[in-house]
This record gives sequence, structure tokens and C-alpha cells, in this order.
Amino acid sequence: MKALVAVKRVVDYNVKVRAKADGTDVDLNNVKMAINPFCEIAVEEAVRLKEAGTVTEIVAVSVGESSCQEQIRTALALGADRGVHVEVEGRPEPLAIAKLLKGVVDQESPDLVIMGKQSIDGDNNQTGQMLGALTGMGQGTFASEVKIGEGAVEVIREVDGGLQTVSLTLPAIITTDLRLNEPRYASLPNIMKAKKKPLETLTPEQLSVAVQSHVTQVGVAPPPERAAGIKVEDVSQLVDKLKNEAKVI
Amino acid sequence: MKTLVIAEHDNASLKAATLNAVAAAGELGGDVDILVAGAGCGAAADAAAQVPGVAKVICADNAAYEHQLAENVSLLVAELGADYDNLLAPSTANGKNIMPRVAALLDVGQISDILSVESADTFTRPIYAGNVIATVQSADPKKVITVRTTAFDAVPAEGGSATVEACSAAHDAGVSQFIREEVAVSDRPELTSASVVISGGRGMQNGDNFSLLEGIADKLNAAIGASRAAVDAGFVPNDYQVGQTGKIVAPDLYIAVGISGAIQHLAGMKDSKVIVAINKDEDAPIFQVADYGLVADLFEALPELEAAI
Repeated sequence: MKALVAVKRVVDYNVKVRAKADGTDVDLNNVKMAINPFCEIAVEEAVRLKEAGTVTEIVAVSVGESSCQEQIRTALALGADRGVHVEVEGRPEPLAIAKLLKGVVDQESPDLVIMGKQSIDGDNNQTGQMLGALTGMGQGTFASEVKIGEGAVEVIREVDGGLQTVSLTLPAIITTDLRLNEPRYASLPNIMKAKKKPLETLTPEQLSVAVQSHVTQVGVAPPPERAAGIKVEDVSQLVDKLKNEAKVI
Repeated sequence: MKTLVIAEHDNASLKAATLNAVAAAGELGGDVDILVAGAGCGAAADAAAQVPGVAKVICADNAAYEHQLAENVSLLVAELGADYDNLLAPSTANGKNIMPRVAALLDVGQISDILSVESADTFTRPIYAGNVIATVQSADPKKVITVRTTAFDAVPAEGGSATVEACSAAHDAGVSQFIREEVAVSDRPELTSASVVISGGRGMQNGDNFSLLEGIADKLNAAIGASRAAVDAGFVPNDYQVGQTGKIVAPDLYIAVGISGAIQHLAGMKDSKVIVAINKDEDAPIFQVADYGLVADLFEALPELEAAI
């Protein structure tokens, strides 16, 4: 069984991103970049399925500028077998990424596509579902458990009221939630080995996809500040304030 | 201008999130219709018809839609979408699951989690876990949008009298099947619609200590939530989680207990009207957003609070 794992290069989750003073865009000068945490969980899940003998080959794909090859190498160091880089300048939107991934799916014919539920930069939470529509595959979004069966996969999903279990015909798409697994760290020998693993570069033209923009960012701003309140001395003062000042209890 | 709101419901009743999405639809102007797609969902459709300002309710009652499987419902919404300029859903687990699939079927972009409607094609939405608010403009003739429910005040649930129209379109993609659902059963109000929420963090130390929150929750008719740290530590189930990757809440009163205030948690609760923080670390970032901060050991403060209210 072949698994395709999509990874995205994003600002490291420890970086506090701010809007530039002129409001044109976020300030990404000299910030640390990393693999999107949800994508890391996707790679880990594929590697665990390979270790369990279910998956035989893992292909890591990323859509973006040449710098995102770094994140493909990270996926290779974690256990993916080979990489595919779809080179696109700028910031392609979820629909364009989904179309490019569909091109890669057509080429690779994976049995399973695993990707993060959202990237921590745009927070769109769209690409996996869009790929589902374009390929006609079923989708197990916000997955917290994945069980591969005969011709189908059972996915436990994190939904508003609790957990929902669905069964999807393979090939299928899975988008990861936080509690699916805890990703490992890449070992130094594996990081060295990853440098020698094959990495193919494709263009949108080769995949016959026209990269289009549907939604443009007009500007950015910091969120409205919430003024800090006061410190109360003890519980009785707190209760008094809530009753008589805020009038919420 | 015509807008279709995809209802959040459980076949028997309409969920409150629908009312927030209708409010956002109202700001776009023009006619607002509601789609109730489910099985045996007549009661939910009747409830939707009571929502003021709604012109028409489309009731698609079919076994394929019973559990809101995205593969099936997206085909229905994409078909109905031909008659609409905007397709809106609340940004719930269901809305997030279905709408991007609809957008791709229609070959348009999706605008996720809008906070405000600036004009017919321009919206604001949070990026980078809410650290930045982006203003975005859609170039698509048809707009597919999910709505952050806490950013729009719900319209009333009653007072309208829309017509209910049955829709017989049956779409079963045949690639997915519902197996089961484990829904947490609770006598307490739902996290996202409760007017008071009391949440515990890593400071609670273990799951048993969450019982300290229960007495207070009972007295205030509050929902109980948790930070991601508390969920990841296994204190409470995932559906308790308040935060960017959990539930977004905006109650009248939010009480954060033993929660340090990581960005990801703040993103899920900072629109609450009044925030109380109880934490023994006086430098905890949660105090920067709290209206009332109490620096105290929660194991002493909670029983005192329960007794005092």
C-alpha cells in the first residue's frame, strides 16, 4: 500500500507572528520556518503504518518555493521514502494546492493520502477536503485514530460533541488532528540518510494545473487589544465584583 | 443577492450555531434561505422556518444525509448552490468538513472563519492562531464562506414564518459510511452556547480534580472546558478543549482555573465578555486578558468560591 503525505513549510509554531506596522502583510523577516505541526503528525502516522507493515512506500509531497525542499527532507528523515516538490512561487491558495496535489495523486495513485487538518499560518482548514472533492475520494477529517481494513479505512474523527467513526473506501484522504499521535524526532543518522533519498521536482505545467488566485489579502491588522483588568485580593472580593460590578452572576 | 445557510442540526432540532450564521448572512443583504439536509429532519426544518428574516427553508430529507457525511452533502449543496450568490455555514466540525468540498466542486475559493462582513466581497478572518486579523477580498462570483459563530450575535430562534420546501435530490457518493458516534452525555449546557464557562488547565494536576469545578458549574449553570495542556495530559476528553484547535467560545463569563494562557488557548476564549483568571503564578499571561485576576492556590480558592456563590 502506498501513502502520499503532504507537508507544508510554515513559520515555526513558537514564533509569535505580528502584522507589519503598515498593515500590508505579516512580518516574516528572519523568522524560523518549520514543518507544519499537523503535517508532522501526518508523516508520523504514515511511518507508523509502514512500521506496522500496512504501508510499503511513503511519498512526501510539498507545494511551494524551492525552500520547502527543507521540509520534504524533514519528512524523509522521519521515514518517508522519497519526495516530490511541486515548485510554485508566492503563496498558492488551498484550491490551487489541492489541484496540484490531485495532479500528484493521478501520477502516484496512492491508496492513502494523509495530510494536516490545517496549516498554522493561514488556518484555512480546506486543502484535504478540496482534494477529496477533486479526486472523488472519501475524507476522514480531524482524525484521532486510523485503522486500515480490507479495501477500507476506519477513521475516528474529533467532532463537536465527541467522536465520530466513519468507514471510507480506499483510496481515501485523512486529515490529522492533534491527538492522532506524537511525532518522533529525526535521528542524526536518519537526517544524513534523508539527504540521499530521491526528490523529484515538478512544475504546475507538468501537472496541467493553472495556479489561480481566488481570494486576495487586502491588509492585516493586530487583533483588538483586550485591556487587562484588576487583581482581586481574595475570593470574596471576586464574588462581590462579579455580582455588583460585572453583574454576571 | 441570495444566500443559502447550511443548517447545523441533529435532525430533531436546530443548533444555535445556525442562528449565528444567519446573522452573518443578514449582513450580506438580500434573501436568506436555509438548507436542512438530514434524514427524518422535518422537525429541524420546521424550527428553521421559525427563524426571523428567512425566506425559505429547503428540507432535503434522505438517508444519505443522516449523518452529514461530507461526500454526500457537498454534492447536494453544490447542486443547490447554482441558484445562490453565497453559501454560508457555521464554522463547526460539520461546516469545516463540508464547505471546502463544496467550494472545490464549484471551482471557487473558500473564505474560512469570517469575523466580519466588510462588503459583499470583503471579509475579515483570523490567521496565525488569531494573532493577526486579515482582510480578504474574494474574486469569485459565488462565495463559499464559513462563519466564526462567536463573532456574530445570534438572530432570535423564533418569530419568523418561512415556507418549507422539500428537496428530493439524492446524492450518495458511495465512498463513506457512518459507523458510530460517541457523544458525551452531559446535563450541563453545551460549551459553545453556555453563558458561563469554567475551564481547567494543567494546574488542575489530574482529571479527578476537575470535580472541584463541577460544584461551581452546577451553581452557575456553566459548561466545563479545558486547555489543550489538560486535554493532552489526559485529564479530560478532547471535546472539552477550548482554543484555536478546539472550541471557540464567547460566554458572558469565562473562568480560567490553573490555565497559564497560551496563545492557542486565548484564541479560543478572549472574546468572552468577562474573564476571570485564578492562577498561583502571578506572571501567567492569562492575567493580561483577565478582567478579574486572583493570584491564589486553586485548591483553596475553588472550594471558597463554590461556598460564596
